[in-house]
Amino acid sequence: MPDIRLEHLRKDYGAVTVIEDLNLEMADGEFTVLVGPSGCGKSTTLRMIAGLESVTGGQIMIGDRDVSQLEPKARDLAMVFQDYALYPHMNVAKNMSFALRLARMNKADIDKRVKEVAETLDLKAYLDRKPAELSGGQRQRVAMGRALVRDAGTFLFDEPLSNLDAKLRGQMRAELALMHQRVGKNMIYVTHDQIEAMTLGDKIVVMKFGKIMQAGSPEELYRNPANKFVAGFIGSPTMNFLDAELSEDAGTLHAKGEGFAIPLSAQKAAGLQSHKDRKVTLGIRPSSFAEDSAGIEMPVILSEYIGAQSVLISEMGGQRVAIEVNSVAPVRTGETRNFTVQGDEVHLFDPQSEAAL
Amino acid sequence: MSIARANRMTPYLFLAPAGLVLLIALFYPICYMIYASFLDWNPSQRIGEADWVGIRNYVKLFSDDAFRESMWVTIKFAAVVVTLEMIIGVGLALLLDRNIRGMSVLRTLFILPMMIAPIVVGLMWRYMYHPTVGIFNQTLTSWGFEPIPWLSDGSWAFASIIIADVWQWTPFIFILSLAALQSLPSSAIEASKIDGATGWQQIIYIKLPLMLPVLIVTLLLRLIDSFKVLEVILVMTNGGPGLSTEILSIRINRTASEFRELGEAAAMSNLLLIVLLILTFAMFIYNKAQELRAQRLRAAAEDTE
Ligand SMILES: Nc1ncnc2c1ncn2[C@@H]1O[C@H](COP(=O)(O)OP(=O)(O)O)[C@@H](O)[C@H]1O
Ligand SMILES: [Mg+2]
Repeated sequence: MPDIRLEHLRKDYGAVTVIEDLNLEMADGEFTVLVGPSGCGKSTTLRMIAGLESVTGGQIMIGDRDVSQLEPKARDLAMVFQDYALYPHMNVAKNMSFALRLARMNKADIDKRVKEVAETLDLKAYLDRKPAELSGGQRQRVAMGRALVRDAGTFLFDEPLSNLDAKLRGQMRAELALMHQRVGKNMIYVTHDQIEAMTLGDKIVVMKFGKIMQAGSPEELYRNPANKFVAGFIGSPTMNFLDAELSEDAGTLHAKGEGFAIPLSAQKAAGLQSHKDRKVTLGIRPSSFAEDSAGIEMPVILSEYIGAQSVLISEMGGQRVAIEVNSVAPVRTGETRNFTVQGDEVHLFDPQSEAAL
Repeated sequence: MSIARANRMTPYLFLAPAGLVLLIALFYPICYMIYASFLDWNPSQRIGEADWVGIRNYVKLFSDDAFRESMWVTIKFAAVVVTLEMIIGVGLALLLDRNIRGMSVLRTLFILPMMIAPIVVGLMWRYMYHPTVGIFNQTLTSWGFEPIPWLSDGSWAFASIIIADVWQWTPFIFILSLAALQSLPSSAIEASKIDGATGWQQIIYIKLPLMLPVLIVTLLLRLIDSFKVLEVILVMTNGGPGLSTEILSIRINRTASEFRELGEAAAMSNLLLIVLLILTFAMFIYNKAQELRAQRLRAAAEDTE
């Protein structure tokens, strides 16, 4: 299985540019997730890789082969569509074996493969049913099965779980992760759900307006977001953003706002001297707050209990913030609590370019 | 009468005028025709003066070679035109189902023949088939070929009326097939491309099977229509030469106006009506079967939720 490279990929629809100069490398056997808000060009990118959408410019390399002008069937891929795209007139077995029958595999081998895959996807009882006779979750599994019976080099998924209810989605997510461990093929997965991206991806590619905002491992994206967009997109609950100013106080750089001053760790402060006395956007994850009687006094406007954790909505310098706390000691709305923020857990962004500082 | 009951009756009240018109305009003539088919009735008589002859008209028909020939011509005609029209119409639809510039203009052009009045179509083709000044023979002779006896030779005349009918009615199948094609789930076709289907394989394994319900109804509609065809052929050949293009409706027309046998003409009409009823019934059964199947599938899907 070769690695896949997108080089200066571009897609225009008439005068509208949907994808502009996209460069991306996907290593052999890697699970890559394209994630971003709806309309950012994820599906378009995936469909160009699949060959369902023509390429306006640039190259798609699979191994050292430029496939950007080839028919889908010459690209050695399998794909799972968001709306399943099952063949309505074929039963489950026929749906799953269609590609194998076209490839003229012998019948005994086809049966064996279909049985195997049906077994792992718990579809054995439904092999004779037409898609219309199946529930949503079953159809989704058939769509998955249709891709899995093929021994394709690359698997493409376009939001395959978005039509399922939460429970089934979690189950299928785990199933997919296991499957990737087992077969170790290239997988490219499109989703708008950052939790899916975080749990599944070896590599996450965050997109916005047809551009890559950042690509990297889930940890990289969470720990060191390259810009405000990625910081806000990855992680749940969402990162808090506050207007602040960098100022030096007793030899330490502080992120200072109305009613708070957070001393930056030496590591963070390094290289920020040039930004002294400038405005910055301060990013604090809800989980970075720690209760500390010496900390900033903060009113609890709303307390949302979600199990082991609670999310408190509060105010800091006149700006809304969310704080994640342990639910052990219940917090009631209307109370006041004190919190500190560790100086090495804050993120700083340029207010204009939104790039991380 | 309670209000609920009155409400239930409302739809029938609204349907009543249409029902009445239907009764007068449809059932009355049909009953009249069935009654007439048992009479020895000459156009100069009033219907009351005609003699009752029982089923003699029908018995006579079955031993009448001219009628049998006409029946055979009609069946041959219907079979050939519907086959050709289905193949060409569906083929064109498959060919033109793409988004190229100018395609919408082309599609509109294709359906023009269908909108021309049949008499006009007949006249038009008659002039084009004219032995000396018609465009076909003029072209042939100018290229140095022998002119073709388009309408004056039996076999050629049969071919000529088929060409004209195919020209006029292929668009009907074309637009219905195109509509069917464009409402196919595009993702299923894309999935088949990923699965490795060539253009032909997409057509054979995906597109045609999914279009099948529409194609079957289209076929039946065309078949019904082709059994009733009259004007174009009447204008072009009037059934000739000999009996070569004398389809049933022309035969009926001649029996009534030329041979002055209203009873026999009515008997023929009834036979044609029976054929058409069988076809219509086949279509009805097919639609019902489809509905039942869809219902069963929905029920099964709900079971497994
Ligand atoms: N066939 C098309 N013609 C014109 N614009 C399109 C077409 N398909 C998609 N787009 C536009 O391209 C952008 C990206 O679409 P898409 O890749 O489907 O987004 P995503 O999958 O990330 O939600 C959208 O703004 C959409 O409106
Ligand atoms: Mg999409």
